[in-house]
Amino acid sequence: MADAPLRTTVLHDDHVSLGARMVPFAGYDMPVQYAGVLAEARAVRTAAGIFDVSHMGRFAVDGPDARALLDWMHTADVGEAMPVGRARYGLLCNESGGIIDDAIVYRLGEERFMIVANAANAAKVFAWLERWRAERFPNATLTDRTSEIAMIALQGPDGTHIAGQVAGFDPDAVRPFNVVETEVMGAPAFIARTGYTGEDGVEIMPASEVASALWRALMDAGAAPCGLGARDTLRLEAALLLHGSDMDETVNPIEAGLERFVRLERDFCGADAVRAAAEQGTARVLAGFRTAERGPAPRAHHRILVEGSDVGEVTSGSYSPYLDTNIGLGYLPREASEPGTPISVDVRGRQIPAQIVALPFYKRSR
Amino acid sequence: MPVPEDRRYSKEHEWALAEPDGLVLVGITDFAQHELGDVVYVELPQPGDRVTQNAQMGEVESVKAVSELFSPVSGEVTAVNDEVKNAPELLNESPHDKGWLIRVKPDDPDELDTLLDAAAYTALTE
Repeated sequence: MADAPLRTTVLHDDHVSLGARMVPFAGYDMPVQYAGVLAEARAVRTAAGIFDVSHMGRFAVDGPDARALLDWMHTADVGEAMPVGRARYGLLCNESGGIIDDAIVYRLGEERFMIVANAANAAKVFAWLERWRAERFPNATLTDRTSEIAMIALQGPDGTHIAGQVAGFDPDAVRPFNVVETEVMGAPAFIARTGYTGEDGVEIMPASEVASALWRALMDAGAAPCGLGARDTLRLEAALLLHGSDMDETVNPIEAGLERFVRLERDFCGADAVRAAAEQGTARVLAGFRTAERGPAPRAHHRILVEGSDVGEVTSGSYSPYLDTNIGLGYLPREASEPGTPISVDVRGRQIPAQIVALPFYKRSR
Repeated sequence: MPVPEDRRYSKEHEWALAEPDGLVLVGITDFAQHELGDVVYVELPQPGDRVTQNAQMGEVESVKAVSELFSPVSGEVTAVNDEVKNAPELLNESPHDKGWLIRVKPDDPDELDTLLDAAAYTALTE
């Protein structure tokens, strides 16, 4: 796996020629930063930034059984209750309620859907959908459109305005968690008012052949090109979980604190296990903390201590430019997860004092 | 990338500048700060501590990663730049000047001759 050649997105040459620093991520050679993580994070919080997220998996699900298939696979209600033009975030669970991935489902037509999976999980999610399609929903078709459609996240308070200038987007017509089918740079595209930064903005999914022209046009319109480094810091401030770090198949949505994205009364894959977890409660739960002062940053896999006892592990940690201190997430016993609880994190042998806080760390003013 | 000729360099991307009074000022290079990205935390020794050439003397942390700092000289720390502890971004903005890290009273002033000169360090980073 480590020796496999890295894949590239359709924007790879743009990143390299624009001077981005490239790193391997989920099997792709991706930009980790352009101007710098802090400058990029600031651009997104105060103006607008763009991210190449074309490495994520984009799967079309179509046909008479499409809705029923996704309704079975996804914890949110993407069936009858989700009209055309809407998008919903939720989880894909295994039969034991463990989280296979988190994904947004977009309803593009009566029998036309798109689901966007994490890059690291794309092949697994496709195989999982295909297994159930073949078994129970044969009148659905599943098509991997990852390479033919690009994906650019345009995020920040100026994001929808720039999308209007460059892509004819109408923010009054397309509200948050809605999606519209349109044309961008003369090619077919979807524009969804979704994202992964805690800011307003859109994710534009144009035909791959116009992705480079769109990237340049968005830059010309004032959007700062950003890398995965800023994306990770911004999503952590907004307490948006990262699959593979903050959740995986060993935790269920209740433990991950994601009940609000699960319609427990529905029948979906893993529903019995998730319902049982919700009814009985879980011993541990994902909680957020911030350190008392700047200092060495807690990182994934550092231990969390309460009154000197090892009680859990950090799943994500970073310096937060918004709070100007360090923040993190980790799994803790429920009794130690209440906001205000003092904890410490073992950072390379030093006990760094911190406190449990309510999530998210950052919430934009509307 | 600027590589001032008035000082010597270690392969670990620290610089050492001999001052007129015989003390040695130590910092990280412009190349190093660029590689690190935005610095958000610096851990340094205290005045009075001893540092040893090529041994760890502290650490520097960027938004995404932690790196060890190695002393380019052996001796006693006489001063620490408190400003970089409070404003670590100085390491990015002014690595060769305002972002200096520690001042050392060297055991052996000739030890600096074992380090790279500007031309050799430039070659190392190309």
